[in-house]
Amino acid sequence: MDLSTKYLGLKLRTPLVISASPLSEDVDNLKRMEDAGASAIVLYSLFEEQLRQDRLELNKNLQQGTDSFAEALTYFPEPDEFRLGPEEYLKHIAAAKKATRIPIIASLNGSSAGGWTEYAKKIQEAGADALELNIYYIPTDMNLSGAAVEDTYINILKAVKSQVTIPVSVKLSPFFSSFANMAKRLDQAGANGLVLFNRFYQPDIELETLEVKPNILLSTPMAMRLPLRWIALLHGRVNASLAATSGIHRASDALKMLMAGADVTMLCSTIIRHGIPQIAMIERDLVDWMEEHEYESVSQLKGSLSQKNCAEPAAFERAQYMKALTGYSLAQA
Amino acid sequence: MEVCPAKNKTEAKLKAINMRPQAPLRAAEHDNWNFFLGLPEVDRRKIKPGTLRQQQLLQPLFEFSGACAGCGETPYIKMVTQLFGDRMVVANATGCSSIYGGNLPTTPYATNKCGRGPTWCNSLFEDNAEFGLGFRVSLDQQKHFAGELLKKLAPQLGDDFVTAILTADQGDEAGIYSQRERVEALKKKLPAINNAESKLLIPLADQLVKKSVWIFGGDGWAYDIGYGGLDHVLASGQNVNVLVMDTEVYSNTGGQMSKSTPRGAIAKFAAGGKPAGKKDLGLIAMSYGNIYVASVAMGAKDEHTLKAFIEAESYPGPSLIIAYSHCIAHGIALDQGIGAKQQKLAVESGQWLLYRYDPRRTERGENPLQLDSTAAKAKVSDFMMSENRFKMLTKSKPEDAKKFMAQSQVEADRRWKFYQFMSQRDTKVENAPVPAPKPTTAVDA
Repeated sequence: MDLSTKYLGLKLRTPLVISASPLSEDVDNLKRMEDAGASAIVLYSLFEEQLRQDRLELNKNLQQGTDSFAEALTYFPEPDEFRLGPEEYLKHIAAAKKATRIPIIASLNGSSAGGWTEYAKKIQEAGADALELNIYYIPTDMNLSGAAVEDTYINILKAVKSQVTIPVSVKLSPFFSSFANMAKRLDQAGANGLVLFNRFYQPDIELETLEVKPNILLSTPMAMRLPLRWIALLHGRVNASLAATSGIHRASDALKMLMAGADVTMLCSTIIRHGIPQIAMIERDLVDWMEEHEYESVSQLKGSLSQKNCAEPAAFERAQYMKALTGYSLAQA
Repeated sequence: MEVCPAKNKTEAKLKAINMRPQAPLRAAEHDNWNFFLGLPEVDRRKIKPGTLRQQQLLQPLFEFSGACAGCGETPYIKMVTQLFGDRMVVANATGCSSIYGGNLPTTPYATNKCGRGPTWCNSLFEDNAEFGLGFRVSLDQQKHFAGELLKKLAPQLGDDFVTAILTADQGDEAGIYSQRERVEALKKKLPAINNAESKLLIPLADQLVKKSVWIFGGDGWAYDIGYGGLDHVLASGQNVNVLVMDTEVYSNTGGQMSKSTPRGAIAKFAAGGKPAGKKDLGLIAMSYGNIYVASVAMGAKDEHTLKAFIEAESYPGPSLIIAYSHCIAHGIALDQGIGAKQQKLAVESGQWLLYRYDPRRTERGENPLQLDSTAAKAKVSDFMMSENRFKMLTKSKPEDAKKFMAQSQVEADRRWKFYQFMSQRDTKVENAPVPAPKPTTAVDA
């Protein structure tokens, strides 16, 4: 069975790629993922905001209370050097490359114009095969227009592309007024891949303590419906590779995404929940299904049910509330 | 405002007490403060001190200390003065508690309307436990002498009156109140007798009321510089109460490593993270068998802290309370009021254990050790990464930091298993000696 696919110009053995998660902080995990059959790994994100926060926090804690008592002018020793830049992340890229033979895709979340380009260059120098821009922020400013938000994305992409030669993908949220137009603009600005979609950690309210708490939930297969639709709509209409992420837990989920038009399917929650061997299980089930249904290769089925190729293109556009809802009847108490 | 559990129904960020810029409120609050001071204190005889809600109504005799904002030590001192402040004598080792405790010419130790409050004095790092023991011996001797004089004055005072004073049950607030009334009556009678014994007894009569001797200090004193003396005093069997406010570092002098500093924490003299683990002072004390030992963290379980203080004080021998105290030298956002949260995380991760070791239980045929922590709900590294004393090392020596965190987890797991075993093992012995007298103050289990 030929499971090979191409993503960001990289030839991959299978479409099963591991998306950014804390699991990739450990080089041993990366090796285990490769052994289990991962065809590429996106490393956890380098957050510029976090680096800045660490610097501020450290400075604050080194200074805290030092003006209070003459007897103690400091409360901590000051080592010669604190490594508060991206050094650890860059070292990790190098270690990941050394430990594995599969492509390693770095992930970057900048928070300043200079940060995006400076870190992107360093990431390339550290040996990453590609770079995923994780443009992750919630535009809460009421004076910021949608057009300005979109321009920010395009400007970041262009700035990074001008500094690096490795392929660059953009991981996006679905929250744009006209997502199709946004995808087209990113494609034209030189994105080598679009990763659909980023899952934002949504805050929750704790009723007993009356506090707002970030509630980190693993995805469920239901989460794949949104990227499935947009991948099906974009397949064949943009040059950029398409990566499906969110809610891919089983081989059947991966198959659906591939048929919609994804070049790769990214796994995360299912591995956190079931462990790294789950990658091999999904690959085995994928092959079994394809053999049973007499497919020869991933490229054969890729996009076969995209909007362009499916029998009912309107199905991806219509909301179809009435039809969907009339299928239900009132539950009996 | 950190611990207040009340939240405004329409604006959840508001609590019962809220921080506001002080200047515009000063005039109005001046009147409120005077009104507050005019409120009558509760009758101590009617309070159940073992219940936190009631105990917190007792008047604190420690206020406006001048310690760092968010200090983790002062809440323990406030509590102990509420419980025993009107009859306590404190020997305070040099350190933070001696600085905020004696910021001369002022003192945060206060008196109640009867003029009673803690008697406090600071001694050196190296002799504070002995200093406190001296208080105990001296008070006992004075009480003994007062008793002797009282017996000699029985013909003038009346046998019943003398017996009532000498055999008074002072196990609770009501008993102490009654004894104070008897002593007041005694002091009124003595001048009229006007003989050698009565003249000697007048300045000693107050010693017939039970006194509570406390020895305060930090970990620099208890684990390090004053340890030899502390061990000696604990082994003496004398009725003293030792409160170690454990910040796990020499705080007052600017964050030097002590033997209490946990593995992997950055401190002065341990800039690369402390390579050795924390000394288990409680375990050493427990090995004597006749010392009451408790490890507490008020931010994690305040009722447990209260219980330990009452039990320690009621134990008629040496008591040692090791109290986790968050500190400015931990590199935590104390200005945002997270001290109690850090204590909770320390306990939930198993980095700090809550327990009580009460020798009276042995005499009742029970296991003396009660492990009051539950099994860890978080990883030690979760706790360590939330405090800059540990987190800083991940920025300067990340490999060492990783190694220390892994070792700390193993140690926490082992410590939990060990204490669990110790608290569950069968300690009954055939032909055990006669049980000792019951505790003088009942504490609800």
